[in-house]
Amino acid sequence: MASSVVASTANIWRNLPVKAKVGVFLFGFFVLAAIIGPMVEPYDPGFQNTAANALSAHPSAQHLFGTTQLGQDVLSQVLTGIRLTLELALLVGVIVTVISVLVGVTAAFLGGIWDDVLSLLTNVFLVIPALPVLIVLLGYLPQQGQTPTILVLSLLGWPWGARVIRVQTLTIRNRDFIAASRESGEKTWRIIIFDIIPNEISLIAASFVNTVLYAIGASVALAFIGLTDVNSWSLGTVLYWVQQDDAVQSNAWWWFVPPGLAVALMGVSLVLLNSGIDEIGNPRLRASRASAKVAGHRIWPTDPTPVYAQLAAERSRLGSFLHSFSRSSLYDETPAGSELR
Amino acid sequence: MSPILEIRDLSVAYRTPDGDVRAVEQVNLTLNAGEVVGLCGESGSGKSTLAYGATRLLRPPAVVTGGSVLYGGRRITQGGDPADLLAMDQRELRAMRWREVAIVFQSAMNALNPVLRIQDQLLDAVQAHLKLSRHDAREKVASLLDLVGIPRTRLRSYPHELSGGMRQRVMIAMALAADPEVVIMDEPTTALDVVVQRDILSQVVELKETLGFAIMFITHDLSLLLELADRIAVMYAGRLMETGSSRDIMRDAAHPYTMGLLNSFPALHGPRRTLAGIPGSPPDLRNPKPGCPFVPRCPHARPACAEVDMSLAPVSGSAGAGVPGVVSHLTACPFVTPQMSQEGQASQEGVLS
Amino acid sequence: MSFILRRLAFYLVAAWVAITANFFIPRAVPGNPIAIILSKYPNLTPQAYQALSQMIGGSLEKGSLWSQYVHYLDDVVHFNFGTDLANFPTPVSTLLDQALPWTLVLVGTATVIAFAIGTTLGILAGWRAGGGLDRSLPFLMFFQAVPYFFLALLLVDFFAVQHHWLPPGGGYNGEITQPGWTWSFISNAIEYSTLPALTIVISSIAGWMLQMRNVMITTIGEDYVVAAQAKGLSKARIIYTYAARNALLPQLQGFGLALGFAVSGALIMEIVFGYPGIGLLLLNSVTDKDFPMMQAILLVIVFAVLIANLVVDLIVAFVDPRARAREAV
Repeated sequence: MASSVVASTANIWRNLPVKAKVGVFLFGFFVLAAIIGPMVEPYDPGFQNTAANALSAHPSAQHLFGTTQLGQDVLSQVLTGIRLTLELALLVGVIVTVISVLVGVTAAFLGGIWDDVLSLLTNVFLVIPALPVLIVLLGYLPQQGQTPTILVLSLLGWPWGARVIRVQTLTIRNRDFIAASRESGEKTWRIIIFDIIPNEISLIAASFVNTVLYAIGASVALAFIGLTDVNSWSLGTVLYWVQQDDAVQSNAWWWFVPPGLAVALMGVSLVLLNSGIDEIGNPRLRASRASAKVAGHRIWPTDPTPVYAQLAAERSRLGSFLHSFSRSSLYDETPAGSELR
Repeated sequence: MSPILEIRDLSVAYRTPDGDVRAVEQVNLTLNAGEVVGLCGESGSGKSTLAYGATRLLRPPAVVTGGSVLYGGRRITQGGDPADLLAMDQRELRAMRWREVAIVFQSAMNALNPVLRIQDQLLDAVQAHLKLSRHDAREKVASLLDLVGIPRTRLRSYPHELSGGMRQRVMIAMALAADPEVVIMDEPTTALDVVVQRDILSQVVELKETLGFAIMFITHDLSLLLELADRIAVMYAGRLMETGSSRDIMRDAAHPYTMGLLNSFPALHGPRRTLAGIPGSPPDLRNPKPGCPFVPRCPHARPACAEVDMSLAPVSGSAGAGVPGVVSHLTACPFVTPQMSQEGQASQEGVLS
Repeated sequence: MSFILRRLAFYLVAAWVAITANFFIPRAVPGNPIAIILSKYPNLTPQAYQALSQMIGGSLEKGSLWSQYVHYLDDVVHFNFGTDLANFPTPVSTLLDQALPWTLVLVGTATVIAFAIGTTLGILAGWRAGGGLDRSLPFLMFFQAVPYFFLALLLVDFFAVQHHWLPPGGGYNGEITQPGWTWSFISNAIEYSTLPALTIVISSIAGWMLQMRNVMITTIGEDYVVAAQAKGLSKARIIYTYAARNALLPQLQGFGLALGFAVSGALIMEIVFGYPGIGLLLLNSVTDKDFPMMQAILLVIVFAVLIANLVVDLIVAFVDPRARAREAV
């Protein structure tokens, strides 16, 4: 049992596109940074090195990413920022995924008036723009900090996943094997947990990744405009101080590039991850990637079906040499009509 | 009668990361002018792959790995040698499509563009191949609808506004838009109820008589072919099992698979029998075992079957192959005669009842 | 027709939810909004406090909750948002009227341009999946993942600080020209909006392109595209009339859904550039705890997004013959 899980995971990994693998590694790097950050950061992010030459200093051996206007070490700030931002985003991701699965599956399963009501609720939350509402909500709250931000982000983040999961659940629900389970008297909750959810794993995973992406973006944006705790060191807050202290005008690129880049790369890694999950879940996308090349020639969708004899004839000597390094050369060695490997 | 479409030794495979799937393996099939040839087999037998592969409509990862498809229509050959579809380039193929070989797809709802009106889709087909003025083109389109018995008022409709039967008729009208010599019909009536099916098919036969095109009729329903087709080819696991005139197949089915198919549908007359069917399921085409692919499901299987080379040979007792004017009855199974086939089937039924 | 009516009804419901939430939230959060205002603006007249209580609740409100709600609804329908606190006694609607056109023009134009270019590129990338354009996607996706405002900072750094080609912020140069329908003003405003617009376009284009590419790939796999090939139609006809026209439908629907995000991002961008639109107004009102303004801006933004969604629905209904027959919600 376990070995087959390992085997199928290995199989999935092998067939992932390059960009998805890059995404996995990149995201893993950030998770690592978040975990070992507090042990590795050279200074406390708030510590101000008031030596004369240490204010807004260029990157040096002492301060790998330079310092801020107040003499604070940018590298430490970025490390702490990564950790805080990731913590928040992952937490929001979990909460939102749970809510959206609950709502989506319930709406699909109960059907009838419940479905209508929940769908209406989902669509209303979907269509109302999130960020302005988040800004105003934070404005009303007396204190600012991680918790309200998490609550407020979760409150508005669930409809996307809920909608998609509802549609998928409806499709699965009408399949025969569910009817079979029902006929045999399986309790509803068992059907949901053991039959439906395993079939939606890639969808739930994609939804989770999307939510984390949204949470990172939204929390950084909110922090940037100064609506979350300006004394904590999330990446958005670092950028807030960048803006406040006119780092751009004074060309202190080492101050604003690292945190922004960190956010961007975290985001990119998630987007790449998601494209990998997309291809696992949507076989047509995968097929289009794996199949556009036959015998070293690129075949476009509306090209006539290639004829092997024609293709094989057209490759030049250099082309053949180069082609022998590719994986498809394994399949192309055999002449037409006889034993194909 | 010279053949209008001659498929020789055609092999088609799908390249997948897990290996090649040999969907069609060395199939020989001939279509003569004005003839109806039925191609019969279960899902996954490769019959659609054969037709689409021959016309080079399959998408990657499909590859044609061998053979030739010779088309002998006069417009293309102009009295000379038949042209090989597999050797044509894009431009030549495009000129040939629809004008010479047209296709009626299985699901009209899926094969019609949902956002275009019927009129526009028919006009597309007409104007891609015939040089007509706008007015003439529209008149031609309207007359096409007349041909299949759809009122002209439907020209401005969208596909989803038509009934299933009407949509299929539109597909047929569209196929005839450029006056083709060959029409390939891929399970055109599978999704329709029997009454509509009958209607449409009799109309198709009428049109064939009037306009004179040949039909390759693909279906899993052998009973339909027995009525409709002049000749029938039975496919299994990408290979031909048996070919012959519909009479030969009906009366003297030689291959155990054909016999199994024949006994999978009930007769309207005669005593009630238990349907025998064919137990088991089609083989995995990725790693074909040597010999006959039907072995796991064949009531006459024997050790020698693993060494059969699957080429077609005349059925023992039939009129000899190559005799001009006589349609040859060929089978891939060297061990079973029509008589044995029938007896074997009867004993199968005995077991099941 | 019934499709449009049903969508309209849906948007009315959504608007009502937003309005009602807007009414209840200040009354529901911990802390006393009136107390906050009292501490921040000690110089307001008692009538002003009274009016504020009516709007956001607090110890000075009179009448039952229900009567306040009705009064509030009445105000909203008449676009009576009360008096601004930070710029007392200017009415909120005046300030809104000044800021709104800036935002509409900038965000509207930039979003439409990004959508048009992104979709077109997506059509080509989807058609040639695995080809050169398609392989540039991850590069573009990077720009999508970059936070809007960070990209803004980078662009400002390059174009304004280092090279002085474009102004770093603001809506127009107050020393040269004044708002009005003069060419000098308009050209100046265009110059100032170039960087913000460029930021919006660059950061959102990859999203549209990726979405369209994926939809195209799915659409190309449909039977009617194979049928179009079989009919021997020209490539252009197949790409555009058979594939892209069908792929546009889900793409447009996605546009509607993503509008909320587009607006949000654009608002942040205005803040970075100090652009005199609604975004800046919103931020200032939140920092100043200027509750009437906050409420008003939120409603305006929500209404704008809802209306834009309705327009997209109308376009979809126009382009897709099946939409009129389908379920609305």
